[in-house]
Order: sequence, then structure tokens, then C-alpha cells
Amino acid sequence: MSTTSIMITGVGGQGTLLAVRVLGNMALRQGYDVKVSEVHGMSQRGGSVVTYLRYGDQVYSPIIEKGEADVILAFEKLEALRCLPYVKKGGRIVVNNQKIDPMPVITGAAAYPEGIIEKLQERAEVSVVPAIRIAEEVGNARTANVVLLGSYAKSSGIPKEEWIEVLRETVPARFIDVNIQAFERGYQI
Amino acid sequence: MKKLMLGNEAVARGAYEAGVRFVSSYPGTPSTEITESIVQYKDDIFAEWAPNEKVACEAASGAAMAGARAMTCCKHVGLNVMADPVFTMSYIGANGGLVIAVADDPGMHSSQNEQDSRHYAKAAKIPMLEPSDSGECRDFTKAAFELSEQYDTPVLLRLSTRVSHSQSLVELAEREDIPLRDYQKDIAKNVMMPGNAIKKHVVVEERQKNLAALAETSPLNKVEDNGSSIGVITSGISYLYAKEALGNRVNYLKLGMAYPMPEKLIRDFAAKCEKLYIVEELDPFIEEHVRALGIGCIGKEQFTMLYEYSAAMIKKAVFPEEVQSDSFETPNAPMRPPVLCPGCPHRGTFYVLKKLGLTVSGDIGCYTLGATAPLQSVDSVICMGASVSAAYGMAKVRGAEFNKKLVSVIGDSTFMHSGITGLIDIVYNHGANTVIILDNSITGMTGHQDNPLSGKDIYGNPAKQVDLELLCKAIGVERVVVADPFDIKHFEEVVKEEVTSDEPSVIIAQRPCALLKYVKYEGKCAADPEKCKKCKMCLRIGCPAISWKEDHIEIDETQCNGCGLCMNVCPFGAIGKEGV
Repeated sequence: MSTTSIMITGVGGQGTLLAVRVLGNMALRQGYDVKVSEVHGMSQRGGSVVTYLRYGDQVYSPIIEKGEADVILAFEKLEALRCLPYVKKGGRIVVNNQKIDPMPVITGAAAYPEGIIEKLQERAEVSVVPAIRIAEEVGNARTANVVLLGSYAKSSGIPKEEWIEVLRETVPARFIDVNIQAFERGYQI
Repeated sequence: MKKLMLGNEAVARGAYEAGVRFVSSYPGTPSTEITESIVQYKDDIFAEWAPNEKVACEAASGAAMAGARAMTCCKHVGLNVMADPVFTMSYIGANGGLVIAVADDPGMHSSQNEQDSRHYAKAAKIPMLEPSDSGECRDFTKAAFELSEQYDTPVLLRLSTRVSHSQSLVELAEREDIPLRDYQKDIAKNVMMPGNAIKKHVVVEERQKNLAALAETSPLNKVEDNGSSIGVITSGISYLYAKEALGNRVNYLKLGMAYPMPEKLIRDFAAKCEKLYIVEELDPFIEEHVRALGIGCIGKEQFTMLYEYSAAMIKKAVFPEEVQSDSFETPNAPMRPPVLCPGCPHRGTFYVLKKLGLTVSGDIGCYTLGATAPLQSVDSVICMGASVSAAYGMAKVRGAEFNKKLVSVIGDSTFMHSGITGLIDIVYNHGANTVIILDNSITGMTGHQDNPLSGKDIYGNPAKQVDLELLCKAIGVERVVVADPFDIKHFEEVVKEEVTSDEPSVIIAQRPCALLKYVKYEGKCAADPEKCKKCKMCLRIGCPAISWKEDHIEIDETQCNGCGLCMNVCPFGAIGKEGV
């Protein structure tokens, strides 16, 4: 199989690392070669965070180049826009409808762009997910990452039960129930 | 069994399997997770956070000298701190294996410079191995210990951000049972004074020759002959980018041994190629070696010394005719630089320092972000500990009046690392600086490691806690004040008083990191539109949760952690707590 490339983007602290670990373990379970590239350190402090996942028969580079992502999972709208050049023409973007103002917007040095979803749609197939609202409904706003994952999982062609098994392997036991609920709600979208 | 592991986790696994008994490090992105992952092997390996890299390397050197396999791990700039013992351990050798894992940060994701650690291998005359992925991280770590014992030398293991922080598959094996080697008093070998070092330098040069000979045949260096007229010499992560870009259409010489490099292997490889590319991030380390052999190649004139490489840039260099241009325009998206977290205790400190218009000599940690908008309080940042000593130098040349508007800010862990020596300089040499120690009870930026001031060891077990106040007093600082940076009024008074005093003073700004699990603030802050006079004072603290929405102040409840600093800043009492 040729390589599949998934880019996960968001703001430091949003839980992108957990999402990519679930995706990585899923690809491993399917018997693929897997490479994941994470970001640690200073960028995690509220900055833009991009994580890459690539899987296939044999994967060399852990990095996704412009125009090569099959899927972008975006935890925040502006970050989806920033990563837009990376998605393949006709690729897929699953985007959280959350808006987090970056510091240049807060200080008035820049404006938060309008019409982001429309811009994304010019290049990719876009699903907009109200992940924070759903996560709050299941009882923990921090599970928004898993809501998004659920929304992506439905189109992945992999049975839901397998996803849930991987979640069980990856998420700490004391948080598993609320995460499965979040996943199910994302999957239903 | 195969497992998906970070490069750093795989180095830890390799060390475990290689029978390592002792690991001492100081945290530093992108190397931190190596030592954190060692913790899981606690039945077999003693791990610790040392106060700084020099101490860590010396502790590991002692462990190796005493017959154990030992390791120390650091980021590139950490290797500068430990350079002193490294250069002399090259002469002494290893007895039990000694491996120094160093992670470079091309692209400076989390660093103050982009230095290339390979120069250290050459300068200290120590072999260096360079893995490309997690599987090699494990294999090369084990190979490094073999080399170390066999050639009686420390061995450098060079990683980079994308190797350290990428996950790929690793085949796991059992731990080898490596007994402690004998320890015998051996003054000629272990006491490096001129009479002995003179003789040891001869041994080092001999070892260099033997290692260069090994590089010719070592399986760590691999030729992939794909029958092409184009050759690529590469190493580390660049090898993977090259494979991604060029596939099997070129020949590769992958140097797993970054130093010393082979001569004949390179000559033979180059002889088969009409065009030879050197693909390496940062400095032309391989390229200079190849050129010194009189072999023509294409290197930095085509590629760059700056930042990270990518498959796309390599393809563009080697097969430019195949690169399709994508007419898609990059959207205009405002930058999202890192910021101090909501609830960060440093925010209060910088708010006050900015308000007072002080010159701020800064340091390495989360609080380096005090230089970013809107606080923009920090004037300078050099390296770990320099906030204290650099401010001392500033005050000496600019005089007492300048010093009365000058402070140093340094984190608790950074102060223990190397701030304390600067403070001794101030006290001893008649300085009168004010040093603010930002004591947030943890090593923050690298992801919450304990330190000598946190009261816990790397395993989370209770440990003797250095008493910061007593320590400063013992050095000779008579003015030591503890203050809460969120009690803005009081904190401002303290800073004003201390900075104008004509003797050395230390302010310990004490409040724990907002990300620590036990730090919980009740409720969320909200601005009351009735009481708000739209003065925008609350925006000056640079909290990412607070923004101006067209005509009113809004506090994002998903971001607010309820710390209440904005309530202390608001002159009209317009910010209150919801849900309390």
C-alpha cells in the first residue's frame, strides 16, 4: 500500500499527542510500517503544534510535505487554515469549530481571518465538528480531541470496535469511559 | 515483539538492553524523554536528574570509571555545559561503557541556537554514532556501549529533534547481563595531570586511527548500490528525507558513524558516481571531510546550513525537472507564537517589571516568553544561568543608577543549574544586583521534571529539598524576600524596595506552575460589562484567555483557569468569578 499521511494540528495543550498515539497504534494494528513525528518543548506552550502520522508498507520520512496530506485533523480553525497548503487537492479536513485567538489577535496586531471554512472547502472535503460542545455534553471538555478522532474514524473504513479497542490500549484506564463516550458521539456525526 | 516508540524511548530501551546501570542527566528538549523513559527500568537502572549537565556527565563518568555501563543525556547546548569532563574523559577512557546522548535541534523548535554537535566529536576525539529512526536508536545505543568498552572511550550518540521525537517501530530484546568490571586504582590512567595526560594523548591518537579503520568496515556505515550514476552521502534524519525524495534512483552511503569517517569507503563510493551529493543538516561536516580527500561533491552550495531539511528540498536539488509547482497560495494566517499559559505565575512578575520599566536580564525556561508581546519585559537571554552574571556585568560598567533599574529573572531549576555561581560573583565582587528567582516548584519548559528545590527525586519519591532562602543567605546575600507574584501590589512594593537597595538582594517569587496537578483555582473569571470601563488594563497581562471583542472584554472560559490575576489588575473591580 502506498503511504497514507495524516496531519494533526492544533494549539499547544489541546491534546493532539493523544490523538496521534491512537492513530499510530491503529496503523500498527493493521500491520503497517508507521512513523509519527511529535512536537515537544516550547511550542507546546500555547503555540501552533503540528504532528505528523504516516503509514504504509514502508515509510521513510516522518514528515509530511506540502500537498501530501491525505487528511488533516484540525483542533482549531486558524490552525486548519495555516496547514491548508499541506492537504492534497481533494483531501479531507476534519476541523473543530473552536476559535482560539492567538496573541497577535489579542494584542490587536492582527485580525482573526474570516471565512476559514469556505477557504478550506476550496481545496478539500471538510467536516466541521462542534467538538468542545459535544465533549462538554459527555462531561469532560478535554475529550474534544477524541470527539474529532471519532468523526474521522467513521470514514476510515476501519470497524468502530477496532478503534475502541485501540482507545482502550492507549488511554489511561481512569479516563477510558468518558473517552469512549466522546468517541461514539464523534463517530455519529 | 515490535513496538512503536519515540527515538528517545528507543535510546532508553537500548540502554536497558545493553545492561546500563546508571543514568544521570539534566532535562533539555529534545533529549528529555530518554532519561524519563529510563525511570520504567528502575529495578535495573539508577536514574537521576542532576543539577546540571556537567555534574550529570561527571557522575556518569564516575560510574563508568567504577566499572558500570553508564549514560548521560543532554541537548546540544547541554553538551557545552558538560564539555569540560567530556574532553578529559576522552583521555581517561571508559572502563565500563560511557555513552553521551546529545540531541541537536535543527530549526530551533525549542532552543536558543542551532549548533552542530558533530564538531564536539572531532574536537574531543570521541567516536560519534548517528541513528536515523527509533529502530536504529536502540541498535546504535547498544553498539555505542560495545564500542565504548572495546576502544576504552566515551561514545557520543547524536540525535536530532526529528529522530528524538519521531515514533517508529522497534524490535525489543531482553536485557543483557553485563557484570560490573573490576575497579582498580590506576593513577596513570585515571589521574589526568600533565605527566599522565602527555602519555594518554598518544593513546587517544592511536585510538583515533583504529576507529577510522573500523569505520571502513563497520556495519554502521552502509552502502546501498542501486546502480545509479548519482551518489548521496548522508546520515541521521537526512537519510530518511533523501530516501523519501529519491527512492532507489540513486546510490547511498549512509554514515551511521558520524565520526571518525572512513576514507577508502568514501573514495570507492565516489568513484562509482558521476555526481556526488552530500545531504546533511546544519554544518558541512561530512562535506569538508570529503573535500579534504580531494573528492568533488555538491554540498552546501546547493543545500543550506540553515534549519531543517525536507524531502521536497532534496528532490528539488537532485531532480529539479520533476518538481511540479503547486499554484496554491499560502493563506494569510496570523502567527501563533508560544505564550505563557493561562494562570502562569510568571505573568504577575513580568507585569510588575514592565510597569516599573526595569531592564530585565532573562534566562532559559518558560519565562523566556516574558520577552514576547504584550509583556515584552525581558531585555536579554544568553544561556542557562546568564541572567545573574550578565546583569552583574551590566551593573559594573553602567554604575549604581543603572543597577537601580535592573533585575535578573531566573527559574528555580535554572538557578540551581548555574545561577548560583553568578550570585556568588555578585556577593564576592561587591555587586549590588537584585535577582528574582521565579520559584514555580518544578522544571517547567521541559515538561515538569523535579529538581533539588522541588522536594522529590526523578521517581517522585521524597528527596531532601534545598532551602533556597538559607542557601542565598549562606552565600552572603543578606536581603532575601519571599513574595507572591500574584499579589501584584505587594510584589511591586518589594521589587521597588529591593532594586533601589545598594547591596545584593534576592526576591523569591513563589507560586507553583499552573500546570501542576495540585494547582486548582476555583471558578472562572468573567468581566462584568456594567462595571467595565473598557480601559483594557487586563489585556496588558497578556493572558491568552482575555481578548477584546469589538466593543467589550471577553474571557474565554475554555482557556481561563481561574487564577484571578486579571481581577487583581482591574482598577474597577469589573472582573469576578463565575461558579464560586
